[in-house]
Amino acid sequence: MSSELSAQEYWSSNIRLVIGCLVVWFCVSYGLGILLAAPLNSIRILGGYPLGFWFAQQGSLYTFVVLIFFYAWRMNQLDKKFGVEED
Amino acid sequence: MSLQAMTFLVVGATFALYIFIAFRARAATTGEFYVAGKGVHPVLNGMATGADWMSAASFISMAGLIAFKGYDASVFLMGWTGGYCLLAMLLAPYLRKYGKFTVPEFIGDRYYSNAARIVAVLCLITASLTYVIGQMKGIGVAFSRFLELPFETGLFVGMAIVFIYAVLGGMKGITYTQIAQYCVLIFAYTVPAIFISLQLTGMPIPQLGLGSTMAGSETFLLDRLDKTLMDLGFNQYTTRQGGMLNILLYTFSLMIGTAGLPHVIMRFFTVPKVKDARSSVGWSLVFISILYTTAPAVGAMARLNLMETIHPTSGPNAGVWLEYEKRPTWFKNWEKTGLLKFEDKNGDGRIQYVGKNYKDANGQVVENEMVKVDRDIMVLANPEIAKLPNWVIALVAAGGIAAALSTAAGLLLAIASSISHDILKGVMVPDMTEKSELLASRIAMAGAIGVAGYFGLHPPGFAAQVVALAFGLAASSIFPALMMGIFVKRVNNIGAVCGMLSGLGITLVYIFWFKGWFFFPGTNMAPNDAAHWFLGISPEAFGAVGAMVNFAVAYIVSGMTPPPPEHIQHLVDDIRQPGIIKR
Repeated sequence: MSSELSAQEYWSSNIRLVIGCLVVWFCVSYGLGILLAAPLNSIRILGGYPLGFWFAQQGSLYTFVVLIFFYAWRMNQLDKKFGVEED
Repeated sequence: MSLQAMTFLVVGATFALYIFIAFRARAATTGEFYVAGKGVHPVLNGMATGADWMSAASFISMAGLIAFKGYDASVFLMGWTGGYCLLAMLLAPYLRKYGKFTVPEFIGDRYYSNAARIVAVLCLITASLTYVIGQMKGIGVAFSRFLELPFETGLFVGMAIVFIYAVLGGMKGITYTQIAQYCVLIFAYTVPAIFISLQLTGMPIPQLGLGSTMAGSETFLLDRLDKTLMDLGFNQYTTRQGGMLNILLYTFSLMIGTAGLPHVIMRFFTVPKVKDARSSVGWSLVFISILYTTAPAVGAMARLNLMETIHPTSGPNAGVWLEYEKRPTWFKNWEKTGLLKFEDKNGDGRIQYVGKNYKDANGQVVENEMVKVDRDIMVLANPEIAKLPNWVIALVAAGGIAAALSTAAGLLLAIASSISHDILKGVMVPDMTEKSELLASRIAMAGAIGVAGYFGLHPPGFAAQVVALAFGLAASSIFPALMMGIFVKRVNNIGAVCGMLSGLGITLVYIFWFKGWFFFPGTNMAPNDAAHWFLGISPEAFGAVGAMVNFAVAYIVSGMTPPPPEHIQHLVDDIRQPGIIKR
């Protein structure tokens, strides 16, 4: 591996990815599920679900699952790009 | 076959299976005992984590909490799953890279301090013990109702089984048993949910049933529930009732607490590689979400069924309160356990179940006569309320017990390994042989079971709330120490210890202030209600504040004291990359 610089770049790409994912994480749960839940409840989805209630009890959970697999996939790519994967 | 005989049969069969697996996969070395030899497939580890994670609180209490709190119970759904994002992105891969046996071991090494390691052990034991209390109570409830033993006897039977099971197992045995327990518990949870969703809405998928219309009607289920509850003086189901700040902080406390719980983190030490740790967290959340997205449907449908039983809105008895003499069998069964209580306050022989300040059509105030409806019974009684066949009811009992046992085993392993590996081997007797270390951890387990049993008999609240306290402790002490250990090189030994102690201290004092010192009844300093809480923050939500105090103190104190030595900086560089750094 080409020294310190590349290690730093790997780490800052990782941090950028984490921050991006956590912004989505925050928006679906705290944003749509809590802070904006009351106004969103006037919208109905999947039949009779008030939207804010749906995000709080269903939607945010689905988003979390997708986020983790997305993060794992991107990190594996970064590992390869910077040549820091195991073995 | 009678329900009780069937329950004995199903529960007995699952016990035989667990003990068989634990016996076949018993641990011979400390590596197998603590981390299952680091050879568990990431998907299987995800399944084991699901069982490890989903406790009596998730299985028994959560849908009940949702049934009675409606939207406000979303804090548990988001909090207990959102933490896995933090675990996947901030902790698990790095700690797996470090590759040691316990969480306090990392803290001790990273902060080059036995003091830090011991503080971490104390935090771990406090959090895990609080958590195990909830499991003990859950086991007691399941046994007392389904095997018709008194609550105390149920608790002792549960303790005995956990004892055999945890001592035989070690991480290797526990892992494979947990995989079996996951299958039992998820089957037991989803089958009744599917039946009930079909009955009420004609839709077999509960997650969609909750958004559907009632069978044979144009009314949406959630609208019906909102109307029924509000007509009887209860709060609206789908909207927020509690304070906004409290809900935000409560969710955050549960999230960082989840990510900081050592018995969960430890599970990711068992996979072969760093990239396995990342994906394994994802698989864990898949398996957990199957139950967690079903729970809101179970909660809402159980609540609707309960209300319709006591006060039907359609049919020949529409609008008439249920006669006490005509109450269904499940009602009588749960009365026997003392978890359901009725008092005929107006002497009319009928059950009035209403919210606060409810007035009937003539403007008369009606008192609530259901003086006790324990939230914990909702999942367990649900199949009976919905008149499902006996084998489904027996299955739910086995599932609840599987959930409590698998979590208890994981927690007891975390406690035992921190005592034997961190305190004895790590600090007090470094030249201990492997054989005596194994023996020590088994003795530590026995002690932990005894203490947990005592608190199970004198619990501070219903199961999910007891568990919520453990999250406050993990949130305020362990999570910040681990995260700073990986992401902030500048944090040193003194900063970390001061941070952990102040975070833990302020959280514990806040909890004890409202819940009584060490939970002894009557020793609380102020009534435990929203009017007395600081800024409306409940004791369970205070972990978030404790964590912020921890971060701030650690950062400031580290800035005023010398930076960590060079070899610690290298250690941090090493754990930040999956591969080995060549110097």
